[in-house]
Amino acid sequence: MNIVVCVKQIPDPETPASQFAVDEAAKRVIPAQGIAPVVNPYDPQATEAALRLKDAAGEGKITVISLGEDSARDAIKHALAMGADEGVLLSDPDFENIDNFQTAVALSRAIEKIGDVDLVLMGRASADWDMGVAPLGVAEQLEIPCVTIAKSMELDGDTLTVERVLDDGFQTVEVDLPAVVSISNEFGEPRYPQLRQIMLAAKKTVQVWSADDLELEDDEAGEDNRWLELEALYIPQVESNVEIIEGDSPEEQARNLALKLREAKLI
Amino acid sequence: MPGTLIIAEAADGAVAPHSFELLAAGRALADQGGGAVSALIAGDESLAQSLFAHGADAVYLAPAGSLDPGYAETGAGAALAACEAAEADVVLMGQTSVGRDLGPLVAFKLNTAVAMECVGLTMDGGRLRATRSCYGGNANAEVTWRGNVQIATLKPKAWDALAPDDGRSGTVTAIDATGEQRVRVVSTEAAEATGIRLEDAEVVVSGGRGLGDPSAFGMMEELSGLLGGATGASRAACDLGWYPPSQQVGLTGKTVTPNLYIAVAISGASQHMAGMSGSKNIVAVNRDPDCNMVQVSRFAVVEDYKKVVPALIDAIKALD
Repeated sequence: MNIVVCVKQIPDPETPASQFAVDEAAKRVIPAQGIAPVVNPYDPQATEAALRLKDAAGEGKITVISLGEDSARDAIKHALAMGADEGVLLSDPDFENIDNFQTAVALSRAIEKIGDVDLVLMGRASADWDMGVAPLGVAEQLEIPCVTIAKSMELDGDTLTVERVLDDGFQTVEVDLPAVVSISNEFGEPRYPQLRQIMLAAKKTVQVWSADDLELEDDEAGEDNRWLELEALYIPQVESNVEIIEGDSPEEQARNLALKLREAKLI
Repeated sequence: MPGTLIIAEAADGAVAPHSFELLAAGRALADQGGGAVSALIAGDESLAQSLFAHGADAVYLAPAGSLDPGYAETGAGAALAACEAAEADVVLMGQTSVGRDLGPLVAFKLNTAVAMECVGLTMDGGRLRATRSCYGGNANAEVTWRGNVQIATLKPKAWDALAPDDGRSGTVTAIDATGEQRVRVVSTEAAEATGIRLEDAEVVVSGGRGLGDPSAFGMMEELSGLLGGATGASRAACDLGWYPPSQQVGLTGKTVTPNLYIAVAISGASQHMAGMSGSKNIVAVNRDPDCNMVQVSRFAVVEDYKKVVPALIDAIKALD
């Protein structure tokens, strides 16, 4: 069984607001000093899902793809250290600042180039743009079905049974492979790479493919060919009108807060 | 002739409240030259009148169930047919279990991109411009579309539904087209609700990673219970397994707009703000006076929650 896992390196979503900065002219986030980018929090769950399927089947190959700058290698290495077999970095100046449609096109071409892929797994969304569009886009490009926001999965022959998370509940669906599945945080704790695996991962192959390697047309990649134009990126202004509740002790502060809330008819 | 198509959802034989917000957004665009507002809904004609009353000019009826969660492939066929019939150049749907799948699917079938979970829309020279939150609520992005059809999902509660006007009416047209459904839905079940639904609560008490201890959620529940509210948590706390993901408030969790939101040991650094910034009154309990949550609050206590929250519970009890 051939599984592809798509991963992404993003600015740390737990970056304090005070250290978050935007270059409004370039419409880009300025990397926070001393806060390294991290693997998108949902992606290790996608890798974990792939590893569980491979473990259960007793065979299979897991290829990790990441589209991004050179730092995306770290996201690939993390998945390799968890136990994935090979990596592919999609790297090209024409992949910078592209939109969700273009990303899905590039990822799907890479998946076609790998060939004979049974299952594509991704995190449910990336915590930078927070769109959750890529899994459906890749599936549509590959003309295969997509199941989103999975919390568990079981493979029986060519049929995958997926339990997915809805706004107000859960749903069980079946889909025949090949398919794309996006994995949610409810899937459970991903395994933590052990030192030995990290050392083994260093020896695993990471290929680098450009837009040309994917045989993308000139107008399929590149910031100038976005379908969703980014017109502005800025930090929304928040005006603070906070009233700090004083008191000589935490108990008194708590009493004063209770009185304030009662006065404001909030309790 | 440009126009807006909204994809409405039905639940328990009635139009889902969020669909009325979509209609309000469509009407606001119409006021800016966006053209007529059509609504697609799956079900029978009894659903049409409330869509008209809340702002629809025309209603398209897809087969019942074709826009249910899990049926995005079926629904995409109906949505594309309705889009063509209505000659819509803007398609709006909810950021819901349905819209999350349907939006990207319809967009990709039309060879265009989609903007998810938008919080603002304007018509600028006959073209849509959308504002959406990104980077965990730290930044806003404004986007426009290059393709003819502009597709967006709207964040729940970002628009207010219009007051119904029962004098409004319009045409009702059946849409027979559906897409090929390759994903087979086996079963759908509602989550077991414990207490008041988070989204409906007038008071929400949430805890974050700053609690430092999963058992502290007992204290959060005691406070929310005392105030007749619900208990929420930040993603960081849910990811640590301290509280059920169904109670997560934030960009990838629930959106809440209670009258009173009490954030305990939540810095408001990322994720979380997008799910609760619509709260009418925010109270922060945090040791860091400079953190974002304190800054956006109406009232804040800058102290260790372990000392403040039990005392607050006692003080509230003493009020009565």
